[in-house]
Formats: sequence, structure tokens, C-alpha cells
Amino acid sequence: MLSGKDVILLEENYAIEMLNITKRFPGIVANDNITIQLRKGEIHALLGENGAGKSTLMSVLFGLYQPEEGIIKKDGKVVSIKDPNDANALGIGMVHQHFKLVECFSVLDNIILGVEPSKYGFLQKKEAREKVLKLSEQYGLHVDPDALIQDITVGMQQRTEILKMLYRENEILIFDEPTAVLTPQEIDELMQIMRNLAAEGKSILFISHKLNEIMAVADRCSVLRKGKYIGTVNIADTTKQELSRMMVGRNVEFVVHKEPAKPGKTILEVDKMVVASKVHKNNAVKGVSFNVRAGEIVCIAGIDGNGQTELVYGITGLEPVVSGKIRLNGKDITHASIRKRSVDGMSHIPEDRHKHGLVLDYTLEDNMVLQRYFEKDFCAGSILMRKKNIRSYAEKLIEQYDVRSGQGAVTSARSMSGGNQQKAIVAREIDRDPDLLVAVQPTRGLDVGAIEYIHKQIVATRDEGKGVLLVSLELDEVMALSDRILVMYEGEIVGEFDPKKVDIETLGLYMAGAKREG
Amino acid sequence: MKEKKSFFKLPVVQALLVSLFCILLGLIIGFIVLLIIKPAGAWEAITTILKNFWNYTRTNLQLKNLGNTLVKTAPLLMCSLSVLFAYKAGLFNIGAAGQYVVGAGACLYCALAWHLPWYVCLLAALAAGALLGVISGALKAYCNVNEVISCIMLNWISLYLINMLLTNVKETTSPYTFKLSTAGEQSFLPNLGMGDALFGKNQYTGLALIIAILAAVLIWFILGKTKLGYELKATGYNRSAARYCGMKEKKNLIMTMAISGALAGTGAALLYLTGFTEWMTTQSSVPAMGFNGIAAAFLGGLNPIGAIFSSFFIQHITDGGSFMTKIGFPSQISDLISSLIIYLCGFVMFIKLTFNGFLDRHSKSTGTNVNAEPAPVQEPAPDAQTAVADNKEGGNEE
Repeated sequence: MLSGKDVILLEENYAIEMLNITKRFPGIVANDNITIQLRKGEIHALLGENGAGKSTLMSVLFGLYQPEEGIIKKDGKVVSIKDPNDANALGIGMVHQHFKLVECFSVLDNIILGVEPSKYGFLQKKEAREKVLKLSEQYGLHVDPDALIQDITVGMQQRTEILKMLYRENEILIFDEPTAVLTPQEIDELMQIMRNLAAEGKSILFISHKLNEIMAVADRCSVLRKGKYIGTVNIADTTKQELSRMMVGRNVEFVVHKEPAKPGKTILEVDKMVVASKVHKNNAVKGVSFNVRAGEIVCIAGIDGNGQTELVYGITGLEPVVSGKIRLNGKDITHASIRKRSVDGMSHIPEDRHKHGLVLDYTLEDNMVLQRYFEKDFCAGSILMRKKNIRSYAEKLIEQYDVRSGQGAVTSARSMSGGNQQKAIVAREIDRDPDLLVAVQPTRGLDVGAIEYIHKQIVATRDEGKGVLLVSLELDEVMALSDRILVMYEGEIVGEFDPKKVDIETLGLYMAGAKREG
Repeated sequence: MKEKKSFFKLPVVQALLVSLFCILLGLIIGFIVLLIIKPAGAWEAITTILKNFWNYTRTNLQLKNLGNTLVKTAPLLMCSLSVLFAYKAGLFNIGAAGQYVVGAGACLYCALAWHLPWYVCLLAALAAGALLGVISGALKAYCNVNEVISCIMLNWISLYLINMLLTNVKETTSPYTFKLSTAGEQSFLPNLGMGDALFGKNQYTGLALIIAILAAVLIWFILGKTKLGYELKATGYNRSAARYCGMKEKKNLIMTMAISGALAGTGAALLYLTGFTEWMTTQSSVPAMGFNGIAAAFLGGLNPIGAIFSSFFIQHITDGGSFMTKIGFPSQISDLISSLIIYLCGFVMFIKLTFNGFLDRHSKSTGTNVNAEPAPVQEPAPDAQTAVADNKEGGNEE
């Protein structure tokens, strides 16, 4: 078997080449003269921050957008890709970040969907099944062809997507952020599958912003930044630091620097709080008690769905509590309205930025005052909005927190990239100068640069003597940021730890419910 | 950004151009239909529709008929404001028709049965419309009933309720309610001498039109400039976010429907209190006014000021259509043309995109870049740049 390097030496020609691609959208050049050349049988990573233009480039390759400039070559010949059907005909297949599967169909049905083998109008599933089984054996893709999509794991759904491409005999496989939805073990499996595919001669474009994965699996890596092509490097000759510098444009620190906490007076007290669940009859939060002091970051760790969401809803007032007490700065706010809590000094970076955090159809400036629009500075006599003040306030935040968007303060929030949407929320919530900052998964789905930035802001908030309650599913984040860790399991707090005196493995045992403090 | 925008890229200009384009295309397709029906009279027919009151030769008859069109423009404008207000706040008020019906019922009953002064009748219509709106709003807020469904149901419920109610104040020999001039003179909207002065002694024109235009300005102001507008729009676009930031999202939803309903209800009073027409208690379809309001709202680019002109235009060609029978065409042809225009408004986004694409290509060829890169460009560290350059070369050598 040939290793990746040997293939490079043997093959002088490229499977697909995108040469000097330029694609513009109103207010922004999404792709500015980008060239990507994918060799046969290689795993080529495409690295870039959110909004760097990766998705646009792939949409161009897939025929969803037409570039204003540039050409696409397949096997050295210029091709025109007008729509996804053209892309399919050229053997280009894609696994999307969010799978395109029919939930109530079986794995086999999903694989043959669109290319069903039929005779006289009747489906010929037997041949299809044989072909699928053969493929799944050849590439080590274990699936049960008769299981329904809704019943199988995310990892198996992804394998179904890969089989879909293989069944169509695609030669060029695009993986769009494939690991975002997988568990660590499933990620390892996927890496192996990708290596197998490349060894069998398939060419793979691997879109990601996770450096560890790129270092582990790719042969070469092309980096985009703000729509521009930065360069292509051999993975063997580069380091994580260099890749991240190419991606972000400066040195990125992977470690959060923070001084030891100097906790002050108690800001938030939660006493035997019980919150009902919306999905099942049992309570989601079962009599939880803890407190957050000024100048410390208290982190709630746990596996998703163990009551963290409801805990936050109870504290912020989005859901009523069944029983128990909540005090903010010593004042009972158990039954206070959301507005009251917010005015009394509680800021909330919500878990779901699209559902709660932003009014997507509002402009950026209108979103920036979402928590303060009723204040005297922004609203005269509680009737008239003071547009000028809103504009200047928004522009101040945009500059201070480096929120990037197509048209500045008047950009529609919907058109902004996820990272910048999140930065806008963080800016809005921190700039209100709260006593307590409740941050729920503040870096979910963000790239290295944005994560580093938001972590710094959270630490800075703590250093100003505010209390921070952080809820996170990422153990790395928990370990890096927290001054105190509370582990939540099935609606209860099962352990409290000092991050300096605990390791990830121990935390994992508590999170999985295998261990608990008396 | 202080960058100067191209004139044709201004939102107002674009909305206007798109509406005009829809009108033009609608007229052309309408003309083709006319050609198919009766080629000889087609040109005459289309000009007749567009001329409307200019079909009369004498100036004072022209003015009088312009007045008639304006009388009916006022309620149409109110209905279109009702639709667009709700739409801007994220709700589709297809119930403007029903709210218009209860408004008509309330003001006519107050005028004919209780002989109350005009302003009381007007307020009664406003309240009745608002109440109907509140029902839909509350159903949506507390029971999650889609407002479109509840509005359609309420349209029919209100039609038959009002038919029943107004049977008490109708002529014995005809299905029409009493004339305002005989049974409720105190309830006439003041005409402020406008009819005498401007519209060839058309006694129906007057305060109604002024109220409707003031309402348009008021709605423009509320939506764009006030805290109320900010809250209602935020709630309409994203209920969860409105709740998250501490707005009373249920109250806001109901408030939107109440205002929307009040506008449509008042619209009815602006027509029936002029005495221009009477209510027919045997009618078995919801008056078209509310639905035309949807059309006018969209043709006006969902802008309250635009709605003033679009309402007038739609009423203008509708009235123009009534001349069609005289030249051998069915009068529905004007409805056909106006519906074509509205249908084409559905392509507004498409037309805008094509138009912008054309502008982009045009501006590129002339060398001005309206899409200049706006994001602040951070200088990468010099060593990173050189490293990148090295890698680029390295990558190409192989």
C-alpha cells in the first residue's frame, strides 16, 4: 500500500482544481482569488475561521453559487458546474455538517435515494443491498442497512452519508466539519475511515477548524482568512501553532492566562432550587444549592441533558421554579420577572444564540441594545427611540469588541457569521456591567480565535470583581476557566472540585454518574 | 461607513422601482388578456381602466368621481395599514376583513339604532375591530393557535353576526340598512367643506381621507421611531428572544393584533359614516376590502407611506374597471389586472436580486466598487506573512 507521500510523488495531476475563484456578496467579498488544488488520493484540509469563506467555496464547487471569476478543473479539464447535479455527475460528493437524511427511512433507502435501481418501475433493492454491504465491508463502514435513521447513532448516520457518496461512485469527497457532532471515539473511527478512503484512491477535502484533527489526518492543508487565500502547507512540515497563526493572522494562545481568584462577597445564592422539565414528568433540577461569589468563575460541568439548561432557565427566570429560593446580592428574586433580574444586575449569554440571543431580522445596532433599549439613554420619555445614541453605542461596542460584519451597525444580524453573532452577544452582556454573568456554552461552534477572545473577556469580567456562572460541556474549557467546578448529574450536583486538584478522568467519572460525593 | 451608496441601491428607490415594475408588468399581461378576449377594443379598454375619472369630459364630473375614488381609498388604506402593521410585527393578519366587518357593524348600529354622534360611532368601530384582533392575538399567545386560522374563522363568524345585528336597522323592503341621511344624520363624518371646495360638490369626501392619511403617518412613526414599535417588532420576529430580554411577549402579541384590528375597524367607519353606501344584510361573502388591503400593503412595499399611494392606485383601477361594461368587457377585468399586479409583487425579491445583479455588473464595468471590503483588515504579524509566502512557494515546487 502506498503512503500519502508516495502518492504525491507518483501523481502529478490533480483530481480537482479551483483556480482564482472570486465570489462576492453585497457588502463582502466571500472568496477573493482563491486557488485550491486537490491531488488524487490525498486528504486535503481546508482551514479557516467562521466566515473565512470555506462554505462559500464549497458551495461554488457544488454548483450552488456561480463564481464571478475563476475556473474549476477536473482531471486537468475545465468544467462548468451549474448546479449540484453537475457536481454529482463529475463525481463530487459531500457530507454536510447537518446530515441530509430522511429520518423515517431505513439506511438502505437513504443511500439509494435519488438513484434507485428499478426495473419496470419496481424497486430492485436486492442488488442495492449487496452493493451497500460490499462497500461497507471494503471501507470498514459498519451500518445496519435496515435500521431506521431515527433509531441509529449520529456516528452511524454519518457513515450512511459516506456510503451515499460511495454508492454514487464519487471520487471527490467533501467532509464539512464532520467531527462537530461526534463523540471522541466516533472521531477516531472517522479518522480511520478517511485514511482508508484515501488509501483506496479517493480524494478528500476536509473542512475543519479543529487543528488537532487536521494534524492527525490530513496530508496538506490550505488556509483561508477573511475570504483570502493564505497558503497551502504540508502537514508533515508544519505545527499546530503555525497553522493557527495562518488562520487567525497572529499568534494564538492555547492556554488561558489568569491570576488566582480573589472571591469576595456572595452574589448569587441558589437554595434547594427545583425546576420542572419540559420533556418528561420528573423535575429536571432536583433541589440544587450553591452560590457564586464576586471575583470567581463557577463552572457547571456535566454531560448534555443533565439539567444544566433548566438550571439556567430557573436562575434567569425563563422558566418558573417549582420550589426553592434564589437570591441576587442578598435580594430574593425567586419570582422576579426576567426584566427585574436583568436590571438588578444579571447578564445572560444564552445557550442558543439564534433562539434567545438575537433578533436575527434586526440590525446589529438594534440587537446591541436588546437588553437596554428602555433605558433613558436610548429611549426618550419611554416612547421615542434615540436612534443617534443607539448608533453611537453600537459602534462603540463593535469597535471595542471587534465585531465584524458586512455593513457595520446596520448589518442584519442574520447575515453575520456565527462567531461574530456570538461576539455581539458577549459584548452586549458584558458591557452592561453586571454583578453576575451567566454564560452558557459561550464558545459553542466557534473557532480558535473567537474562543480565545471570549475566554479572555470572561476572565476580565471576573477580574473586575463580578461573579461568573459558566455552564459548559467542553471539559477543556471547564478546566481552563473555572475557579470552582460543580458537576451536575441527573439534575443534582454530585461533586464540587478545585480545578487545580482534579483531573479530567475523575471529573468524567462524576459526570457519568459512576461516582458522587456523599 | 461613510461610503456613498449608489442612488439605485437606496432601499426606498428600490422598493418604488419594484412596485412600479410590478404595475407595468401587470398592465402588460392584462393587456394581452384583453387582446385575447377582444382585440379591437383592447387598447381602449386598458386606457379606460387607467383613466377612471378622466373618462368624464366635464371637469366637475371628473372631480366628483375622483372624490368617489378617494372616499373608497380611505378604508382601503386603513385595511392595508392593518395588514402591514401586523406583518411588520411578524403576524399575518388575514382577519383585516373580519375586523372591517365588525367595525362596520358597530358604527352602523351606533348610528342607526342609538343615534350617537359620529366620533362615538368611530370609536365604537375602532373598539370592535380591536376586540376581534385581541381574540386572535390571545389565542396565539396563550393557546398557540396560528393567527391565520383563527382570523379566517373569525371573518365568517363576524360576517354573519353583523348581518344578524344589522337586520334590526334595515329597510323592511330591501336588504340594505337605513340610509344615514334619514336615520342617523348626527353620525355623518364632517366633510369640512372639502367636497364643495375641491371635488365638485362630492358630499362624501371629507374627514375620512385626512384620518386615514394621519393614521398612515402615525403607523410609520410607531413602527420606526418608538419603543412600542421596537418591542412589537422584536416580539414578532423572535418571541423567545423577546422573552429572554424581559419583554412581555404575550402582551406584545395581543397588542399588535389589537392595533391591527383597530385600524381595520376604523377603516369601515371611514366608509360607512360618509353615507356613501349602506350595508347589505344578506351578503354571504366577506367584503373584499380587507383582502384588497393585503394587496395594497404589499404593493406599497410594506411601507405605511407607500400604502397611501398603492391604496389609491388599486382603488383607481378598480373604479376604472366599472367603465368596462360600457365598452363590452366584463367589469372583473380590472380585478384581474390588479390581482396580476399583486401576484407579481410576490416576485419582489426575485426582481430585486436581478436588479442588483445588473447594478453590480454595471458598476464593475465602470470601475466603482460598491461592495468594497468593509471588514477592518488586520495586519498579520510580519513573520507570519513571510512564513506563508515560503509555504506557498514550497507547495508549488512539488
